[in-house]
Amino acid sequence: MLKHFILNIIIEKSLGETLMGEEGEGRPPSEKVPLERISDYVWRIPKYKAGMRVPGMIFADKGLLEKMQTDRTLEQCVNVAHLPGIYKYSITLPDGHEGYGFPIGGVAATDYEEGVISPGGVGYDINCGVRLLTTNLSEQDIKPKLTQLTNTIFENVPCGLGSRRKDFKVSIHDLDRLAVEGVQWVIDHGLGWSEDVEHCEERGCMQNANPDKVSANAKNRGLTQIGTLGSGNHFLEIQKIDKIYDERTAKAFGIEHEGQVTVMIHCGSRGFGHQICSDYLRVMERAVNKYKITLPDRELACAPGTSNEAEDYYEAMACAVNYAFANRQAIMHWVRQSFQQTFREDPEKFGLKLTYDVAHNIAKIENHKVNGEKRKVWVHRKGATRAFPPEHPEIPADYRSFGQPVIIPGSMGTGSWVLVGTEKAMELSFGSTAHGAGRMLSRAAAKRRFFGGDVRRSLEQRGITVRSASAIVLAEEADPAYKNVDIVAEVSHKVGIATKVARLVPLAVVKG
Amino acid sequence: MSAKTGFRFLEHTADIYIAAYGKNLAEAFENAAVAMFEVMTETAKVNPQIEDYVEVKAEDEYALLYSWLEALLVKSEINEMLYSRFEISELTRTAEGFTLKAKICGEKFNPKKHPQKVGVKAVTYHQMEIIKKPDETTVKFILDI
Repeated sequence: MLKHFILNIIIEKSLGETLMGEEGEGRPPSEKVPLERISDYVWRIPKYKAGMRVPGMIFADKGLLEKMQTDRTLEQCVNVAHLPGIYKYSITLPDGHEGYGFPIGGVAATDYEEGVISPGGVGYDINCGVRLLTTNLSEQDIKPKLTQLTNTIFENVPCGLGSRRKDFKVSIHDLDRLAVEGVQWVIDHGLGWSEDVEHCEERGCMQNANPDKVSANAKNRGLTQIGTLGSGNHFLEIQKIDKIYDERTAKAFGIEHEGQVTVMIHCGSRGFGHQICSDYLRVMERAVNKYKITLPDRELACAPGTSNEAEDYYEAMACAVNYAFANRQAIMHWVRQSFQQTFREDPEKFGLKLTYDVAHNIAKIENHKVNGEKRKVWVHRKGATRAFPPEHPEIPADYRSFGQPVIIPGSMGTGSWVLVGTEKAMELSFGSTAHGAGRMLSRAAAKRRFFGGDVRRSLEQRGITVRSASAIVLAEEADPAYKNVDIVAEVSHKVGIATKVARLVPLAVVKG
Repeated sequence: MSAKTGFRFLEHTADIYIAAYGKNLAEAFENAAVAMFEVMTETAKVNPQIEDYVEVKAEDEYALLYSWLEALLVKSEINEMLYSRFEISELTRTAEGFTLKAKICGEKFNPKKHPQKVGVKAVTYHQMEIIKKPDETTVKFILDI
């Protein structure tokens, strides 16, 4: 029997300046949420409010938990526990932080028929995600040409405000096809290798995408931004393998040795997905009234899983999912092209194989065991990575006996992780784990503490090449503004919802 | 105490939290728009040489603020424009809710001229507030970036 005990952790205002705005105009302080300790890494929020349908479950160590108590993360976890049809518990992952309605770094699974689907449980950047490429090069092979390669990538991959490729324009008709076909559409247009689809979640193409459910505004925003990295926390890194933790699995994923060069691409569905989310949040606001759903926060706006509103959102969301897969595919192609231009050899010669492409913001229809019974559920992953176990049919054939690759990018200039999905994740977190580092400092606070030029110099002093469209973004994305991704990966590993395969560190960073 | 003017950036861990002020709702909305573009660039460097017009309708004042900013964001992205001057000519209550009409001025985004900051993904209702006093209106909102 597990012995629970209530902890009354005093909120430590160790990051006082992030809590209060100038002239005290910050947000109101977080309410006190009761917590039961289950282990050093697992905490439970009991059903202490009448409207909670399930308890909350937090995967975090004490340090991460204390950080969560300085904003509304735990309150939001409690709010999500109010959703109609939610199963087991409202889950907050080690990188959890305050979001809109739902915390970022969370999972909620609701019954397919009796439950609801909520755009807020996916987020604005639908299928924000990450893909990893491996090469057969070592750090020494690349060092002499690293600056040239980074510059070439920076020129080939549009990043920052308003940038785009002149040779990759799509018509509104093309956009509809791309939204339905995803990665395959991009490959058919010459950007990629046929085997790339095999190593994408959903094979780079989510079913049921229906462009008729997408507004003209979303399509027009999408047209100008396809094939662009964007700004903010999105980035592209040339990395090397720092340490391998699980040799057998690493090898299956194409990770052969320490010092091996990899490339990571982190971006999403751009204005296309953002507008789809905005549009459907409004649809869902009306649905909440129509279906008389009681919610503790209007940003949890949702509709019953079997309603027309749910179907419309799901079909529009799938378009954005495919757009994001396609976006990362196009960018990957230009990375391969950049290797070719820099080294004047065919990119195949350097490997440059896609290890995996995985979504961090998505809602999926999946089957999960709940109290011993198989249930069809809507799984909302908002800032969460799918982490399916070995032998799951949705894992690429060549990885099936190992488990699904989980890719967790760190903050700019720090480590990133490859983990592997487990049976434990199916048991504890609806086949999910963390997605990143999670912010610690507000952007404003980061800007007060750091200057873009200093951040660049500090990275360069550590031997990391940096190209960024904006110096301000560099300051805002400075590494101390984020939680330590190593601790996030450690918690996932210790809980067992995805275990460590390899740690990666950057050699060069390209940012919007 | 004199009325506050313009806008200021408040603290928020992940995103941009803005307070914009004005003598009335229309002026606060205009300053909110300047603040949003200040997130993306330095509006002082955006020459208000091209005019455009925006009209939005919404069921309440909160939705009106949301729709106003969203309309500007969409126009900016689709036309690859940055805007720096906003003149709300009409903000009226109708039978169905509210209507806002405005002239907006700016120029084409030029990376050589306009410093790049962060792209705005979306306007949100999160912690949105409209605080009306006799001679000062404050609007607060968060932009997802």
